[in-house]
Amino acid sequence: MYFKKLAATAIFTLLAPAAWADAAITITNAKSFETAPSAMVGGGFLDITNTGTEDDRLIAIIADFPRVELHTTEFTDGIARMMHVDGIPIPAGATVQLAPGGFHVMFMGLQGDPLEDGETIPATLVFEKSGEVEITFDVVKRDMQTSN
Amino acid sequence: MKPIIFGASTLILAGAIGIYVLQVSTTQPDAPCGDTAVGATIGGPFTLIAETGETITDAEVITKPTLVYFGYTFCPDVCPLDSARNAQATYLLEDRGYDVGSVFISIDPERDTPQIVGDFTDNFHEDMLGLTGTSAQVRAASQAYKTYYRAQEGDDEYYLVDHSTQTYLMFPDTGFATFFRRDNTADDIADTTACFIDAAR
Repeated sequence: MYFKKLAATAIFTLLAPAAWADAAITITNAKSFETAPSAMVGGGFLDITNTGTEDDRLIAIIADFPRVELHTTEFTDGIARMMHVDGIPIPAGATVQLAPGGFHVMFMGLQGDPLEDGETIPATLVFEKSGEVEITFDVVKRDMQTSN
Repeated sequence: MKPIIFGASTLILAGAIGIYVLQVSTTQPDAPCGDTAVGATIGGPFTLIAETGETITDAEVITKPTLVYFGYTFCPDVCPLDSARNAQATYLLEDRGYDVGSVFISIDPERDTPQIVGDFTDNFHEDMLGLTGTSAQVRAASQAYKTYYRAQEGDDEYYLVDHSTQTYLMFPDTGFATFFRRDNTADDIADTTACFIDAAR
């Protein structure tokens, strides 16, 4: 009996951090657009919802490319300036969109292996508090409905 | 008598408005199609390299009303979005019977080879023309269109480039007609472009 309880506690302890992470952060609409055959980069877009009571922060993304970064685009007088960001705040109770024209993931160094319609890109998001969250980006065709 | 007086004065008023409208339309021919950058001299001669690798001039590129955009392919976010919108605008115009071209001029000639800009533009519209060039050629084209670009420092391979995001509507003989901003939709561009084409007929 004691043994069973110990085992149950152990399992609960092991699962607990993952369960909290799942409870706080929900990822939807993770997608990327197909690229030209010789493209060097592709963008990743997704919606991140923090259903928890504590603010969190997306601090990194890991995927199988030579380089993967979090970026944002800022506009001043019609000039676009894209820059690397160290983290994206995900306030408690909020949904933050990584969407064209703002925050986005940059998959860099495609080197002759373009993103193709129907392909999927497995990736790991790293949050300051919720830890790692596994996600999959669906590569889709770019049309005006999905790109806006 | 009253109705006749009323009729006459209405006629005079209508005539006056007619003259006023005529004057406005002769002094500002572009006004009916929306906002136009008055006084800005945008466009002019350029020599660049086409996706085929051949040297090409503005006269060979702008042979019909054409949407001109400056960007770079190492840009997963803004440039594809704007290019897709411009391509969409030309499709909408085609459906309405207007033949309009679209051009993407790279402001990152170091990385954007003719083949790369060709692949990039084909992704959006089979007829979208990708242009690149030597650093000097691209600089000259950008200056002619009063656009801004600057490569960010600090990374030899994965550097980013800040750049203007306006799209210019150019005509073969008369040159610059108007420009579009990022927040203009494909429908906006199609409507305004159609208006300028109709006005030029």
